[in-house]
Amino acid sequence: MSDIPPARPVAATFENEFLPVRAKLLEVAAALDRLDRGAGELDEAAAARRALLVDAVQLLAQSCDATHTDRAERLQLLFSRAYDADWRQAFEV
Amino acid sequence: MNYIDPHIHMVSRTTDDYETLAKMGCVAVSEPAFWAGYDRGSVEGFRDYFEQLTAFEPKRAGWYGVQHFTWLCINAKEAENVALSREVIAMIPEFLDRPGVLGIGEIGLNKNTRNEATVFLEHVELALKTGEQLLIHTPHLEDKHQGTRMIIDMLAGDARVDRRRVLIDHVEEHTVRPVLEAGFWAGMTLYPVSKCTPARAVDIVEMYGPERLLVNSAGDWGPSKPTAVPDFILEMRRRGHDEALIRRVVYDNPLTFFRQSRGFRFTPR
Repeated sequence: MSDIPPARPVAATFENEFLPVRAKLLEVAAALDRLDRGAGELDEAAAARRALLVDAVQLLAQSCDATHTDRAERLQLLFSRAYDADWRQAFEV
Repeated sequence: MNYIDPHIHMVSRTTDDYETLAKMGCVAVSEPAFWAGYDRGSVEGFRDYFEQLTAFEPKRAGWYGVQHFTWLCINAKEAENVALSREVIAMIPEFLDRPGVLGIGEIGLNKNTRNEATVFLEHVELALKTGEQLLIHTPHLEDKHQGTRMIIDMLAGDARVDRRRVLIDHVEEHTVRPVLEAGFWAGMTLYPVSKCTPARAVDIVEMYGPERLLVNSAGDWGPSKPTAVPDFILEMRRRGHDEALIRRVVYDNPLTFFRQSRGFRFTPR
């Protein structure tokens, strides 16, 4: 794509993002604790969605380099239904 | 900074919201037809809705110096009723020559069903026959990736579609690339919980550049913030981006896209 703005200095970005990211991670940690404290069991479908949250947390910990930052995209795909390229034949439209 | 909100459902908002938008720098809005929160029962319900969109809303916006434009369709959530959808599609041309009508929208998919795809294609056919632009809704959450790819498949499968006259809306990190790479316009919707946040929308501008990117509030009757575009402007400034870049996304780009509609008459402030 054209006209991509220049990257900002990482040091300034880090200072801007550290506290908000820390706060968001704490929210995630507290929410997972809350789920674990819950009474009873999840049904099969909900347990599968619960497992997605663990997969997502593991995805966040994977490393990226400056030329290939796609954690948000991969997280979105993790939570997405699969795309079937042959859908038009199945629907006959 | 003057800006344009290219996707906002003002029929669901109060007159006070128009006043707030004007105070925040909003000079124009475009309002796609959408779901009312319940399924309408007849084509006459849609005729009344289109009357509101093309007659009263421009007047109400004008009280605060905001120019109002609109798009007409039956929303994907109501497309399971194919018979009613066909009645509405047949009625839409009654309104296409009214001032401020920019095209057909927001059509699209919701749960990615066969009926939704059928009604989507019939809307596209209407737009092609009448020379109208298209504004397209993409599904929510786990259905968005699949639905966006299906929409691209349908449009790319028709050589008559001019992709420069099609806006595919509500893109996020996993759908913006295929939309832009296929040559369509892409809209980012700023919502409090689902869709994009202002920070993530700015990330997308930083990664893909401003070409064919729009940003909107999609303010409606649900949890939404009609002043979300100024939040995006503030986040761009907070990161040190040039005013020209910000203006391109929130003002120049909507104008460039809208000017391709025969019903677009804009008076700069």
